[in-house]
Order: sequence, then structure tokens, then C-alpha cells
Amino acid sequence: MPSVIEVTDLRKSYAGRAVVDGVSFAVEEGEIFGILGPNGAGKTTTVECVEGLREPDAGRVRVTGLDPVADHERVARVLGAQLQQSELQPKLTVREALELYASFYPDPADWRPLAERLGLTARLGARFAKLSGGQRQRLFIALALIGNPRVVVLDELTTGLDPRARRDTWRLVEDVRASGVTVLLVTHFMEEAQRLCDRIAVLDKGRIAALDTPAGLIRRSAGATVISFTPSVPLDDHDLAALPAVASIARKDGRITLSGTDETVNAVITLLARHHVTAHELRVTDATLDDAFLDLTREATA
Amino acid sequence: MNTAVLRTEFRLFRREPGAVFWIFLFPTLLLVILGSIPSFREADESLGGLRPVDAYVPIAVLIALIMSGVQSLPQVLTGHRERGILRRMRLTPVRPSALLTAQMVMTGTVALASALLVLTVGRLAFDVRLPAQPAGYLLALLAATASALALGSVVSALSRTTKTAGAIGTAVFFPMMFCAGVWLPVQEMPHTLARVVQLTPFGAAARALGEAAAGDWPGWGHLGVLGAWAVLLTAAAARWFRWE
Repeated sequence: MPSVIEVTDLRKSYAGRAVVDGVSFAVEEGEIFGILGPNGAGKTTTVECVEGLREPDAGRVRVTGLDPVADHERVARVLGAQLQQSELQPKLTVREALELYASFYPDPADWRPLAERLGLTARLGARFAKLSGGQRQRLFIALALIGNPRVVVLDELTTGLDPRARRDTWRLVEDVRASGVTVLLVTHFMEEAQRLCDRIAVLDKGRIAALDTPAGLIRRSAGATVISFTPSVPLDDHDLAALPAVASIARKDGRITLSGTDETVNAVITLLARHHVTAHELRVTDATLDDAFLDLTREATA
Repeated sequence: MNTAVLRTEFRLFRREPGAVFWIFLFPTLLLVILGSIPSFREADESLGGLRPVDAYVPIAVLIALIMSGVQSLPQVLTGHRERGILRRMRLTPVRPSALLTAQMVMTGTVALASALLVLTVGRLAFDVRLPAQPAGYLLALLAATASALALGSVVSALSRTTKTAGAIGTAVFFPMMFCAGVWLPVQEMPHTLARVVQLTPFGAAARALGEAAAGDWPGWGHLGVLGAWAVLLTAAAARWFRWE
């Protein structure tokens, strides 16, 4: 089965500066695909090319096999999108917005259950200007879904939301995928990408620095495992640096935090036993995507 | 033409009391105030025997067009662009041009309805004769509406923000009101000034409406000036308008 979205060697420059510089990826039916990267990495430009809002300078973009620029109308029927920083007419009510956008599509979803699912039923009569940030975002998700799309693009969905609204929105995205819609998610929150995405393309300076599952990205990075403890007697820096596969060493208030691999963990335990040192509050955890991301984008810089 | 978009824009217009007042009620209100002055109801030699209140009916009609085209339309269009509404529409199978068309049709319709209200109140309250050449009057009115909408579109095209649109709109507003004859009817202007004013869209419209009201077919020169402005301004707006 062909991919829902195919991007091949996409390039786009503004005023001679390459914002997207040879990006390729494919999004498969039914997955949540994340585009993660620091601000200015070219994330939004990439998805704008997918949405047909921008014409690529070079490369190929296909959405369900269609060109988003040349076949704009047909692509608009299968692709729903929520834009970063967009608004509606301030005095338009939620119900009117849903009805209006439903009328744009040949086979729209029934907006009533959609509003119900997004928790907008109580706010149907409210004007856009009176909605809270979370309610606006939910309305935009509803508008992205109202045409019964096969794929939705969600750009910086949870920016500016409080932690509770953010978690509610994540559950919504999972619901959307569960209903069979493919999701392309743009974010700069690691936690969001780690929680939601099946696969992630890490974008840095217009290029793909890595493309893998969240677990795969963490495994690939040098410090996939983090070991922290407070030793009963101070340990020698030299001994720590000699540990196998150690990626980083940090000391704070007598507590030592190391990152490395499983091999490092074993070596630390051996080291402590050899020196008859007790490790207080020993913790061994997986690195987060945060760590992997910093590691990956640092590599790309070097 | 997307009727759902048009319906929505009409509904949103009704929720703007300011716009409803200035476009739909103010021109008639001005006529009522001027008509209440006794001297405005006496025939005036310099107006060719017309009463000032007669002369102010076409002027009030033009005020409706200027208010809608130059003051209201650019605010709405730049507002839609500023808020990313046009951009959001680009993601649907309906193009954002549907929103522009709907906005033009809506603004034009409200302006024409306001003109009709002016004519009706003028007839009922001050016994102003209805246009004796209705077909010519309607033609001149439609041409003037097209020019007003085109002028408003150019203002929207040149303005990046609603603030700029407000500033440019106001800068254009007063000269247009002057040309329409709000302070001095075009017929009463000194000869040279009148010749220049007649070359502006609302100066030409004022003369064409005046002639049709009196029962003559509006001069083709005036209609030609209106048509030329409508075409020129539409081309300029199409050339410079940005969707985002």
C-alpha cells in the first residue's frame, strides 16, 4: 500500500537561505508521525508544503498520491489541518463555524457527535472571541476533522495550553488515530512526541537529523541509560571517566549522574563494590527523548 | 459563489452595530437632520430650482457607498487576512476567493439597501421626487457601487494590518466625501473645481445620479469615468492583493 504522505528531497529557501534542505520521509496509513525540532528548524515550512500552502523550490510532495499544489482541491478533501496561530471571525459562534466548514466538503462528518467528542457541546452558542485557548484548539481540531479526512496535520497543537488541557488534547489525538485517521504532528515538546508518536523525524537546520521510533531514537543516542546515586564516600573522577561507554558525568550536591549504556550500569556496580562504597538512592532510568534530542541535534551541529 | 459563506458574512455584519449604523442608518439620518432645517426645504436658484434637501438625496446615497466601500470593506478584509481566516480557508476545498466575493456582494447589497432607504425616507418625509429616470439612476448607482467596492479592495490590498487600513481608509474617506458633494453639492462648486471633481469616481457618480433624478439619461461621460475607475481599481486590487 502506498504511503499517505510522501515527501522526497524537499527544498525551500527564503531570500537565498535554505529553510528546508533536502527533507524526505513517508507517513504510513494509520500512524502518528511526528516532526520534532527546535524553533526555526523548518518544521512549519515542511508541513505547509504538504498542505499545499507553499510551493516547494525542488523535490516532490504527494498526499494520497496527489500533488498538494496542482491538485489542491482534491488534496483539501482528504487532508484536514490545524494551523499555528490562526483565528476565526470573532463574532462567529462555534455552531456556525462547524456548519460553515461542514458545507465546504462533499461528504462532511456530522458536526454534532464531533462537537460532543471534543467537549464543545456546551459552548456551541459561544462566539469565537469568548473561547479559552483550549476551547479554540479543540474547535480547530474539529474543523480539521469535519471533512472526514484521511490525514490530519496538527501544527504546534498544544503550545500555550496549560498542562491539563495539554493532556486532554493528547488523548484527543489518540482518539483521532483510533478512528483510523493518519496524523502528522508538528511539535517542539519532547514529552508530547514521546507520548504520541509512532515514529519521529527530528528536523534540525532544514535537514532530517534522525528518523526512528521514540524508543529507537533514545537507544541510538549515546546516553540511553541514566544512573544516579549519592556515594557514601566521594568517588574519584578518574575512576568514573574510565567506565565503559559513559556518555556524560555530572555532579551536584554530592550526587553523581551518569549516562551511558547497560554496560555502564554493570561497571558502576562493580566499581562501587570494589571500593566498598554504598550507593544511596541508586536510580537507573531510561533517558528521555529530551536527552536523545539534544544529543542528536548536537551531533548535527558538530 | 458560495451561499453558506455569504449567509455567514451577512450574519456577522448584523452583529456589528457600528457598521450597521454608519452604512445603513447614518445616510438616512443625515438626510433627516438636514431636511429638518426649514431653509433646506426652500427652492434654491443656484441648484437650478431644486431644494437643498432634493440635492442631498443623491449625496446621502453616495455616503452609504463611501461608508461601505472605503470604511467597512477594508477593515473586514484586512481583519480576515490578519487573523489567518483567509489562510485557513485555503486548506478547504473552497478557495478564500469565495470569502472575498461574499464580502463584496454583502457590502454592495447593504449599501444599495441603504440607498433605497434614503430614497424612501426622502420621498415620504420630505416629498423628494423619486428618480424620474429610474433605469439610468440604477445604472449609475451600480457603477458607483462597483467603484466604491473596488476602491475599498485597493485600500485592503495596500494595508498590511487593520490599523493601516483604518488610516488609509480615513485619508481616502474625506476627499471622497468632498467629491460626492457632502459639504458643497457638485452643481454649486466653482466651474474649474467641478470639472476636476467630476473626474473622480464619486464626483462623476454625484453628477450622474443628479441627472437621472431630474429625469435625464445620465451623461455617458460620467458613466464612462465611473466605469474606467471601476476597471482600473479592480485591476490594481487584483494585482496587489495578498492572501497572507
